[in-house]
Amino acid sequence: MVHSHDLGPVIDQHPFFQGIGQTLHDLLVGCAANVRFEAGDYLAREGQAADTFYLIRTGQVAVEVDVPGKKPIILETMSEGEVLGWSWMSPPYHSTLDARAVTLVRAISFDGKCLRAKMEADPKLGYEVMRRFVPMMAHRLSLARMQLLDLYAPSVGGKKRKAGK
Amino acid sequence: MSGPCSDPMQPRPFRITKVRKELSDTVTMDLEPVDGGAFAYLPGQFNMLYVFGTGEVPISISGDPAEGSRLVHTIRAVGAVSGALCSVKKGGVVGVRGPYGMPWPVEVGHGHDLVFVAGGVGLAPLRPAIYQAMHDRAKFGRVVVLYGARTPDDILFRKEVEQWRSRFDLEVAVTVDRAVGDWNGNVGVVTKLIERAGFDPTSTVSFVCGPEVMMRFAAQSLQKRGVPAEGIYLSMERNMKCGCGLCGHCQWGPHFVCKDGPVFRYDRIASMLTVREL
Repeated sequence: MVHSHDLGPVIDQHPFFQGIGQTLHDLLVGCAANVRFEAGDYLAREGQAADTFYLIRTGQVAVEVDVPGKKPIILETMSEGEVLGWSWMSPPYHSTLDARAVTLVRAISFDGKCLRAKMEADPKLGYEVMRRFVPMMAHRLSLARMQLLDLYAPSVGGKKRKAGK
Repeated sequence: MSGPCSDPMQPRPFRITKVRKELSDTVTMDLEPVDGGAFAYLPGQFNMLYVFGTGEVPISISGDPAEGSRLVHTIRAVGAVSGALCSVKKGGVVGVRGPYGMPWPVEVGHGHDLVFVAGGVGLAPLRPAIYQAMHDRAKFGRVVVLYGARTPDDILFRKEVEQWRSRFDLEVAVTVDRAVGDWNGNVGVVTKLIERAGFDPTSTVSFVCGPEVMMRFAAQSLQKRGVPAEGIYLSMERNMKCGCGLCGHCQWGPHFVCKDGPVFRYDRIASMLTVREL
C-alpha cells in the first residue's frame, strides 16, 4: 500500500505535472490516493457524479458507450501515463462515458471535487490546472477527429484508391 | 534485379498458384512466371497487374524479396479491375509488368532504430521491408511495427502480426479505430502508438504507408517525437498508368510517382502534401 505522502515523487515525475508550483503539488498530493481496479471494474459510469480523475500507472482502460442489449462500443483505450477524466471540471460534473478496466489497472486517483473548490477560491491555482488539462483535451479532441475521418474505409469522398494500399 | 520487359508495355504472363482471403474485400495471391524465369524486386516496389480483357492496375508487392521467383500481391477490391483481379482463381493467368518504382531504402536504417507505421492495407507494401529488416535484424537497433486498422476484423495478415508480436526482437503494437466490448487491444488512431512506442527518435528511420492523410499525421507525430524529416519515408499514390514514367498520368509537381516514387523522403515532399490541387 502506498500512502498519499509517498505519491509525491510519482506526481513529480509525470510529464503532466512537470513544473507545478509547490501549492498545487501539495494540494495534489493531499487529494491523491493509490487505487486498483480488477479487469471488468468501472472507473467511471455514464451519468454518475464525476468527482475524480485518474493518472493511470499500469494497465488498460476502455472508454466506452453502453449500448442496451449489445456489447459496448469502445471509443478509445488509455494506458500507462495517461490522465483519465475531465468531467469533474465541467458542469454538471457527471461522467459522459463509461471507463472500464480491460486489465488490472493501478492508478492514482485525485479528488476533483476538492480541487474544483480550491480552483474557484484561487484563480492562479485554477489557471495552473487548466493550462495542463486544456492541451490534453485539445490533443484528445484532435485524435478523436482523426478517428472520425474513418481513413481505412473502402472509399473516402468517392475518390478511387490504389487497390494495393 | 530483373527489370521490366524489353518493351515496357508488354505484360509477362504469371500463373496464380495460391489465393488467400485476407479480409472481406482483400485477397493475397501467389504468382509464378509462366515462362519459369526469375522475378527479383526490392521492398516497396509495385507491379502493373493486367486482368486480360478488363484492365491494368498498380499493386504493391507484399511478399518476401528473398523468396526467389514467388511473387506475392495483396489486393483490395476497390474498383472494376481490382475487383476482377480479386476474383481470379488459382490456376488463372494475369499479366505482370514491373517491378517499378523506388523501394523502401531499408539500408538507410542500418545502425538506427527502425519504425514501421502502417494504416489499413498499407501494411501490405511495408511487409517486404519488414521481412528484410527481420532477415538483417542484427544491423538495426530496435525494430518497431505500429499498425492501425479500421476494426479488429480488418487487421491484415492477422496471424502473421500475432507471430511478429511473439518475437523478442520486434516491438509490435496494433490499434483499431473502432471496436466493441470483446476487443482487449488498443482503440485509437495509429499516431497514438507513435507517442508511446519505444525508440530513440534521434536515431530512427521510419517507413510510413497508408492513406495519405494518415501518413501526413503520422509524419507530424514522428517529428513531434523528434524524428528528423529526412529520416521519414512515405509511400505515395497517384493515378499510375504506364508505371515507368512515360505517360505522365501520375505526375505530382516535379515528380512522376511511378518512377521517382512511390517511396519518397518526407522532407522532399512535405510542402506538397498540403497543396490542394497538384
